[in-house]
Amino acid sequence: MSKKKKMAWNVSLIVALLGLLFVLEQVMPSGSMLFTVLKKGAIYALVAVSMNLLNGFTGLFSLGQAGFMLLGAYTYAILTIPPESRASVYQYYDGGIVNFAIPVPLALIAGGLIAAGFAFLIGLPVLRLKSDYLAIATLGFAEIIRAVFQWDKLGPLTNGSNLLRSFPTFQSVLYPFIVSGICIALIVMLINSTYGRAFKAIRDDEIAAEAMGINLAHHKRLAFVISSFFAGVSGGLLAMYQTTIQASMFKSAMTYEILLIVVIGGIGSVTGSCISAFLFIACSEWWLRFLDNENFYIGSFHVPLLRAGFRKVVFAVVIMAMVLFYRQGIMGTKEFSVEALQGFFRKLFRRKSVKEE
Amino acid sequence: MEWITRNLPYLMAGISVGGQYALIAIGYTMVYGILRLINFAHGDIFMAAGLILVYSATVMPMYLAIPLMIVLTVLIGFMVERVAYKPLRTAPRMSIMISAIGVSYLLQNLALYITGGLSQQYPAIPWISDTVTIFGSTTKRVTVITPVLTLVLVVLLVLLIKYTKIGMAMRAASRDFETSQLMGIKINSVVSMTFIIGTFLAAIGSALFFTNYTGVTPTVGAMPGLKAFVAAVFGGIGSIPGAVIGAFIIGICENIIKGVGLTTFSDAFTFALLIIILIAKPTGLFGEKEADKV
Amino acid sequence: MSNERNDSGAVLKLENLTMQFGGVVAVDNVSLEVGKGEILSLIGPNGAGKTTAFNMVTGVYAPTNGAIYYKGEKIVQNTPQGKMKKLYQGENADLYVGKRVIAPTPDKITKLGIARTFQNIRLFKSQTVFENILIAKHMLRTSNLFTATFHLNAKEEAQMRQESEELLRIMELEDVRDELATSLPYGKQRHLEIARALATKPELLLLDEPAAGMNPQETMELTQFIGRIRGEFGLTIFMIEHHMDLVMEISDRIHVLDFGKSIAEGKPDEVRNDPRVIEAYLGGAQDE
Repeated sequence: MSKKKKMAWNVSLIVALLGLLFVLEQVMPSGSMLFTVLKKGAIYALVAVSMNLLNGFTGLFSLGQAGFMLLGAYTYAILTIPPESRASVYQYYDGGIVNFAIPVPLALIAGGLIAAGFAFLIGLPVLRLKSDYLAIATLGFAEIIRAVFQWDKLGPLTNGSNLLRSFPTFQSVLYPFIVSGICIALIVMLINSTYGRAFKAIRDDEIAAEAMGINLAHHKRLAFVISSFFAGVSGGLLAMYQTTIQASMFKSAMTYEILLIVVIGGIGSVTGSCISAFLFIACSEWWLRFLDNENFYIGSFHVPLLRAGFRKVVFAVVIMAMVLFYRQGIMGTKEFSVEALQGFFRKLFRRKSVKEE
Repeated sequence: MEWITRNLPYLMAGISVGGQYALIAIGYTMVYGILRLINFAHGDIFMAAGLILVYSATVMPMYLAIPLMIVLTVLIGFMVERVAYKPLRTAPRMSIMISAIGVSYLLQNLALYITGGLSQQYPAIPWISDTVTIFGSTTKRVTVITPVLTLVLVVLLVLLIKYTKIGMAMRAASRDFETSQLMGIKINSVVSMTFIIGTFLAAIGSALFFTNYTGVTPTVGAMPGLKAFVAAVFGGIGSIPGAVIGAFIIGICENIIKGVGLTTFSDAFTFALLIIILIAKPTGLFGEKEADKV
Repeated sequence: MSNERNDSGAVLKLENLTMQFGGVVAVDNVSLEVGKGEILSLIGPNGAGKTTAFNMVTGVYAPTNGAIYYKGEKIVQNTPQGKMKKLYQGENADLYVGKRVIAPTPDKITKLGIARTFQNIRLFKSQTVFENILIAKHMLRTSNLFTATFHLNAKEEAQMRQESEELLRIMELEDVRDELATSLPYGKQRHLEIARALATKPELLLLDEPAAGMNPQETMELTQFIGRIRGEFGLTIFMIEHHMDLVMEISDRIHVLDFGKSIAEGKPDEVRNDPRVIEAYLGGAQDE
C-alpha cells in the first residue's frame, strides 16, 4: 500500500470515528455509561500512551505518571478558575494569589509544560538510575509532589488539601477525543522519527546505543520530559472530566492502574495502549457493574458473593491472569493498522476457502 | 533536659516505628537479594495480616488468634510467590515487577470487598497495649517492646542465615542465582523459605504496628510498605543489618519531623531521603557494587 | 597548546595509559600508536588487559592515569585522584598532575570517528537488520526534535535510508534486510555488528575479538572481509583477537600485553619469534 493511500485510509477512519461519536451524542441520552467510558477512556489512552513512550519504547521503568498528571491538573485548574469564583473556591485563603484566568487550550498546554519542567529537574538526578531503582525514585517523587501540593503554606496557590472546582469543563465526548487524538498522533510521529529509533535502541541495549553515538543522558531526558508533558495534558483533561480535583486523588494506585493498562495493551504498542485503556475503563466502570449488585438473579437463582467491591476483585483476578498467562498483552509490540486488518481478513478468507475445498 | 522530656515521646515513637519498619524491610531486602524483585505486594500482605487478626479475634481468644494470624499470613506469602512469581522466573525483570503490582492491586481490592471499605477497629492485644510510664511520659507497652523484639528476631535471623544449611543456600542464591542452581541447591525451596521468613516477620510487625494505630483499611499497607522498602534501599538492598539500621533511621527521622510540626512532609521526607541516597550512594550504606560488563 | 597536540602522524596514540581497579592494575603504563591505514592487533593471554584498554579508548572507563590522542588531538587524559592518589601502584603517577581531566562519554568518542564492536555481540534485539544500521545514522543527523517529529527532514531521512541500503549491499546483508537481527546465524551477526559500526562513518574501527566463537571457515571469511573493508572504507583498524591465524595473516603490526604490561611489539614474524611472547603464552604451562 502506498504512503498516500495509507494516509487517506487513516484520515477517513478518524473522520468516520468522530462522525460516529457525534451521531451517538445526538441520539443517545447524555447520561449513558457509554459516554463516561468514552470520555475517561480517551484521557487514559493518552496517559497510557505517554507512559508507553517511556516504559515501552525507551525502556525506562518510571512510575511517576500520577505525579505529572497532578501537576497538569493543578496547573490547568489554577489557571482557568474564573476570577469571580476564586473567592468561594479559595475561601480559606482569601481568594488565592492568582487573579486571572487564561483560555482553556493554553491552560492545558501550560499544564503539560509545568509537568515537563518538573520532569526535567527530576530527571537530572534520577535518570542515571537503573531499572527498578528508577521506578522507585520516580514513584517517590510523585509522592513528594502530592505532599507538597497538600501543604497549607502553599494554600494560596493550591488551596491546600481542599478541592479545586469551578473551572471550565467539557460536555461533548468529542473534546477529549480530539485533544487526546492530537497528542497521541504527535507521540506516534515522534516514535516514527529518527529520535524514536534512538529511543528503541536505548531500550534494546544501552551500551550499544551509546557506542552508536547516541547521547544516553540527552535522549533519556527527552523521552522523560516529553512523556511527562503529555501526562500533564492528560491531567488537565482529567480535571475537566472530573469537574473537581484534589491532590489526594493522584495516589500511586493511579500510576499502577495506568501501568496495568499499558501492560494489558502490550508494552511497546501505541494502539494496544489505546484499546486497552477503553477496555479497562469499560470493565471497571461499566461492564462489571452488575457484580456489585447484591440482588442479582439469573432466572430465579440468586447469585452469591455479589456485593459492593466484588467487581474490583474479579477485575483484579482477570488482570493477574493476563499478566501471568498472556504476557505480551493484546497487541504485543505490533500496531493496529489498516494493513494489518487487511492482512488478517485475507488470511481468514484464505483459510475459509481452503476449508471449503 | 527539658528538651529531652519534650521530645522523648517522639524519639520513642520513632524507635518503635523504626522497629516495625525493620520487620517489614527484612522481607523486602531478602526477596530482592535473591530474586532482584521489588515485592510491591509485601505491604499489602502486611495489611492482610492486620485484617486477619481483626476477624479472627472476634471468634476466638487472643492466644489462638495471634498464632493463627501468623500462620495464615505466612500461607498468603507462600501462595503469592508460588502463583504470581514462580511462573515468571525466566521472564524479564519488568514482568515480575508488574506481577507484583498486580498482586498488590488484587489484595487491596479483596480487602476492600471483605471490609466493605470501612476501617476495621484493631483489637487490643492484652499486655502489649497496656499503658506504661517511662521518664514521665506515658505510652503503650508496645513502644518499648518493639525495638527489643525486633533486635532479638534479627539476631535469630542472622544466626539462621549464618549457621544453617538453608541459610547457606540463601546466601549462595543471593550471590549467584544460576550458579547456585547448578550446584544442586533447590532454588524453589530457598525462594519459598525466603518468602516464609519475610511474611512471618511482617506478620509480627503488623501486630506491633496496628496496636498503635486506629484501624485497618485496605490501603493501609501501602505506605509502611514503601517506607520499609526505602529503608531496605537506604541500608543497601540485600543486606539485613542495613535494612534494620535504615528502618530505625527512617522511623526516628519521620517522628522527629512530626514533632517539629511538619506532618504533611513526614512521608515526603522518606522519599526525599531515598532519592538522596540513590544519587549519592546508589548501593546504600552496606550494599555491594554491581557493574555492567562490557 | 603543545601539550594538547601530538603530531606524530598516528591516528590513535595511547600514552602511559594505566587502569587500576581498587588494588588491581589491569593495564599498566601502556603506550602504543596506530598509524593511518594500519591494522594493529592487540594480543595477549586472558586477563592481560586488552578489553580494558579498548574500554578506555572508547570512553567506557576513564583511565586512572595517562592520555589518549586521536589524529594528534588529545581526547582523554587523567591523573590519579581522590582515593586513588594513595592506592596508585602504576608508574608515572605525577606525569599529568595538575592537567585538565578529559573524559568523554562513549557517544562522544563515536562522534569523533572511532567506532567499535563488542566481544559479546550487542545488536538491537527487537530491530531488523536494516533498522540496526539505520540507528547508527541518528548521530549524523542535522535535524532536531521538532523537524524530525514533523517530518520536515524528509530529505535527510531519505538520505539516511539510502546510505543504509547501500551499506547493506556492500556488506552483502541485503537478502536478510528485514529479518530480526538476532535471528541471523552467528557469523552474520558479527558482520552486521561491523556494518553497524561502519554506518557511523568512522576513520578508526575497533574490533573486540571479531572472530570469537567462529569456526575456521568463518574465520577465514572474516579475515578477507576485514581486509576488504579496510581498503573500501579507508579504515584504520585496531583489533583484539585470539585466533592467531587471523592475527598473523592480516596485521601490519602486533602489540602484546601480559599482566597489563606491554611486552613486545612488531611485525607478525618478529612477534611470533619473540621469546618473551612465547614465554607469556606458554610460561603458565611450564610452571605446572
